[in-house]
This record gives sequence, structure tokens and C-alpha cells, in this order.
Amino acid sequence: MFKLFKIAIRNLVRYKRRTFLTSSLIAIGVVFVLVFIAASSSFKNIITGQITDSMLGHIQVHKRGYMASVDSLPLTLNLNEKAWKKFQSVAKKIPQIESYSPRIKFGGMFSNFVENTNIRINGVYPDQEIKTIPLLLSRIKKGDKAIKKGEILIPELLSTGLKVKAGDLVVVIATNRDGSVNGKQFRVGGIIESVTGPGGRDGYIHIDDAMEILRMDKLEVSEVAIRLKDFSKLDKVNDQIKGNLKGLKNKQGKQIFDVRTWEKLSPFYNISKMIDIMTMFIKFMLMAIVLVSIMNVMIMAVYERIREIGTIAAIGTMPEKILALFLIEGFSLGIAGVIIGNILAGIIIFIMNTIEITFNFSRQTGYILKPELNIGDIVFVSIIVIAISVLATLQPALKAAKMEPVEALRYV
Amino acid sequence: MNLITATDLSKTYYSGEIEVQALKSLNFEIKSGSFLSFIGPSGSGKTTLLNLIGCLDKPTTGSLKVADVLTSDLTRREAAAFRGENLGFIFQDFNLIPVLTVYENVEYPLLIVQNVPARERKERVKSLLEKVGMKDQMNKFPDQISGGQKQRVAVARALVSNPKLVLADEPTANLDSKTAFMVIEIMRQMRDEYGVTFIFSTHDPKIVGEVETLFTLEDGLLVNISKGRGGENV
Repeated sequence: MFKLFKIAIRNLVRYKRRTFLTSSLIAIGVVFVLVFIAASSSFKNIITGQITDSMLGHIQVHKRGYMASVDSLPLTLNLNEKAWKKFQSVAKKIPQIESYSPRIKFGGMFSNFVENTNIRINGVYPDQEIKTIPLLLSRIKKGDKAIKKGEILIPELLSTGLKVKAGDLVVVIATNRDGSVNGKQFRVGGIIESVTGPGGRDGYIHIDDAMEILRMDKLEVSEVAIRLKDFSKLDKVNDQIKGNLKGLKNKQGKQIFDVRTWEKLSPFYNISKMIDIMTMFIKFMLMAIVLVSIMNVMIMAVYERIREIGTIAAIGTMPEKILALFLIEGFSLGIAGVIIGNILAGIIIFIMNTIEITFNFSRQTGYILKPELNIGDIVFVSIIVIAISVLATLQPALKAAKMEPVEALRYV
Repeated sequence: MNLITATDLSKTYYSGEIEVQALKSLNFEIKSGSFLSFIGPSGSGKTTLLNLIGCLDKPTTGSLKVADVLTSDLTRREAAAFRGENLGFIFQDFNLIPVLTVYENVEYPLLIVQNVPARERKERVKSLLEKVGMKDQMNKFPDQISGGQKQRVAVARALVSNPKLVLADEPTANLDSKTAFMVIEIMRQMRDEYGVTFIFSTHDPKIVGEVETLFTLEDGLLVNISKGRGGENV
């Protein structure tokens, strides 16, 4: 095989300019695909990380039917104490769960004693919430980076609109599940940055304060946010939680729990899917570039070397060796393109990381794109390009191998 | 001992819709170790006959036996294997592989076709290059040597696999007289040393004057077998 490689490489070197142009074309395609994949993956990971780590969590559990009416934050569709205990017993048995945080979500009236407006509030256990949503504290722009009893974290839009700052006294008034209205005075503990997605503009209070406003004797949970130890096992753990919660049913014999991954909760997932589809199209374009350029070059190579093919066939070269000779040429072109492309992509990505390209997403600004070359993507793109190179060479190589030596020698 | 036996050998081509009878029922025998030439005007069937003997083409009717093998019945693969083991070719345009050096061109049949071990390969290639006077040029590429030198390399390539028969189609057509005589002389020496049969197709008087036997073809018919000035045996 080595001897055929030597001849194939010499043949490629014989037509330096053509080989260079074809390899360059493939390399450019590889660069585009790898840089696009690296940049889009970085974008996806940053935004997904922001969404899951600053608000949603990886998985959420609600009472069945809650999500259908989520806009009104129905207190009547909270998980009762029994269901909450069932969830806790299930969660303890799943080692992949890093932490979870129960939330009481409700809507209320917010007043600074001069003006009123609506507010959506999460009542949380601070320690559990911070463990589950690790970027929550980093969203607090002004005030203490904590959620304390008697204090409220208010979204920055509300702060701006009502001219409320950290340390001010405010009142929150809410209606409980029985329809009675109650109010409580809070000190503004901090101003929290808004983020994209559901719940991104909610305020936060301690769960005990939420229970007090809503006059809850026992804990009723609107939502449980779950954080996993390994995000890549999202679907597996989601299925496990679902399976383990199956047992608990209501009086009508229907499932009580509704378990969803962040993908089902955030509209960004659709953007993420679109990016995946675009990546796939770009990969198809790369395949087309490789296919057309290699096939074109190899067809030309066969036509230019018909007499040479006739000569080597006449002196006894078996058809499969002639086939192999041309396939190796196509393979080598693919390899050259892949190597150059991978190196160039690495350099471009290094430069992108060095100059720190920033981008904004929705109201969030100043994200730094950190494209990374994933070894899996490099291997996948390389294998695809090399396979397509060989495939594109197959037709001209077969033509060469099947050539009758007497006709090839006669060719002028 | 006969190396080649042709019986009622015919070849018909179709040029478009026109039937061309290139060879018409030829019967002949060629002895092993011959140094002979097919001569005749253009279109007489010389190259066609050479192609049939070289297993590059198949007869329309009749049979052809080369080195005790009925080559007219060989499949494409069998024919390729037979050529690799038993035949050597020398072409009018030399047909050296441009990306290989002189040494590598001569080595090619041993390396790619016969898979001869490296040490033996090296010995045989160097020995033949020395005999054709090209050893000192062995690292050059074909485009760095003259036409006569190319043909000497082609002779070495044809002989390196120890063939029983070397077929040469107009081997001196692109050479000047002096070089042509030199190349023919090398071929004769090789025949004498290795006992290889040489068959030429030519109308070049330089070869006609040197070969031992002349097969004269006209319109696809073998019209005469005669002694050439180069030898006695027919």
C-alpha cells in the first residue's frame, strides 16, 4: 500500500496548483464548518448556561396542569405537602441530582407607598435556591448578595420604573388560594438583573415570607427546580425522575407530577434547535464542496492520464491496484484538506478567543464568545470529509480500473 | 520450441457501422528466442497482431497460444496477470511514468505487479540499468533524459520481470538513426543474454535491417515470412 501511496502523492505533486486549489477549497470548507460549530456551540452553551444557572435549573417539577396556566401562577395547582414529600424521597435516591429548590410562585401588588404595580414573586429557601441556581447571586446588581427574611429582591425594571432602590421599604400585597388578601412590608434587599425566559423578571423573597403572605400553614410548592451533577445526562435523569414519580396519582387515577427539562420550558431551545439545523446544512454544504471539487479533479486526472493508465495496465497492473491508486489520490486530497482546515480552524478559534468577541442576547449584554474545538466535532468533520473524498473518487477510479489497455494506449 | 502458435487468427473491428477486417485467418508459429518483426504498410494489421499476442485485445475468431497458454480464452484479470508474468512491452512513445524516476520506472513491474522482495528487486533493477547504460541516470525523472535514454529505460522495464516475450510497437520511430541502432543493439544483447523473444511491429528500415525474421503483413493477411539481414533462423 505504501508504494501506491508514494505514486499517488507524486501524482498529486505533479499538478501542484490544482492540488493546492482543491485542498484549499476543502480546507476552507472545513474551517467554516469547524469555526461555525465552535462559535455556535459556545453561543448555545453560554445562553443555555445562563438560562439554567440563573433561573430555570436543569429540570423542573410541577403539579400536572400547572404549566398550562402558568401565566396566572395558580396557587390552586401547587404540589401539596404529601406530593412534596414524595418528591423529596424520590430525589434523595437519585445520585445524579446535585440539588433541588422548592419555590412558591405567586403574583401580587407591589407598592412603594406612592405608586403600585404588578409583581411576580418566587418564595425560595435561599441556600437551596443558590445551590440549584448558582448564578442567581451574580444577578444581584445592587444591595446584599443574599435573600434574607423580611427582604425582597426586585427586578431592575421595577426598580427603574418605580424609582425604588436597595434599602427602601415597600409593600407586597397578594391574594391567597382562598381569595383572602394579605400584605407584608419588605425592605428592598437588592436589585436583580433581568434574564431572558420564563421567570426572568421575577422578584425573590424567603419562602417563609411567602407562606406568611399567602397564609399557608403547610408548605405548598409551585415548582421544584433541579440541578444535575452532569448536564449531559439530562434526558436520562429526567426519565428516571419521571419513572420514580409515576406511582403517585390523584383521585381520578391521573399522574400528579409534571417533569420537564429546561428545553421544554425555555423558548431558547427552539433557537438552539435552529442553530443545530443550520449546522447540519453547513455540513451538507461542506460535503457538496468536497464531493464536487474532488470529483472534478479526479475526473480530469483520469482523462489526462489515459495513456499512462493504459501503460500500467499493459505491463500487468491489476484493475484493483489502478482503482486503489486513484482512490488514494482522492483520499490524500481529503486528508490534506482536513489537516490544513483543522490547523487553520484552530488558529482562527485561538484568535477569536484572544480578541474576545462580545455579544448581546435579549437584555443581557457583554457575553464573551468562547469558541472551543470539540474533539468529537473535529473527528466527525474529518471522517466525513475523508469519506466523501474517497466516495467522490470512486467513479473516476472505477473508470480508470475498467479501462481497456488497448483503447487507453491508443488514446491521443 | 514454439513460443507462439496462431491458428485461423482473425480480428474484426467496427469503425462506426463499417466493418474493418484487421486480420484475416492468420496461421503462424514463432520460436522461442526469436528476434523478429511484423512489417507492412499502415493499416496492414501489425499493431493489431501485436496487441493480440500481448493479450491487450482478443481475436474475433481463431485461437492464439502464447507460452503454452491459450491467451484467446483468458479473462480480463487473467490476461493482466499473464502479461505481468510473461510479457514485456516497449512503446513508440516510451510511456514511462512521469512521476517516477528512471530507477522507479524499471522497478515498477517488480514492485507493483510481481511483488518481488526488496533486495532482489534492487539487484535486478540496478543490473539491468547498468546493462542498458542508464545506471548513472537512475535518479533522474523521464523529463530529464533524452528520447534514446527513455527507450533504454523502457527496454530495462520490459526485461526486469524476466518475461518470455517482449513486444515492441514501433520502438525506434521517435529516435534518430544512431540512437535507434543503439537501442536495437541493446535489445539484441538482451535477447542473447536472457533468451527473451523480441517481436517488433515496424516499417522502420533500421529495424527491418537488424531483425532475424520478417513477417510481412498486407491488408490483414500474412503474405510472407522471410529472413532478415540480422539472422538466419526462421
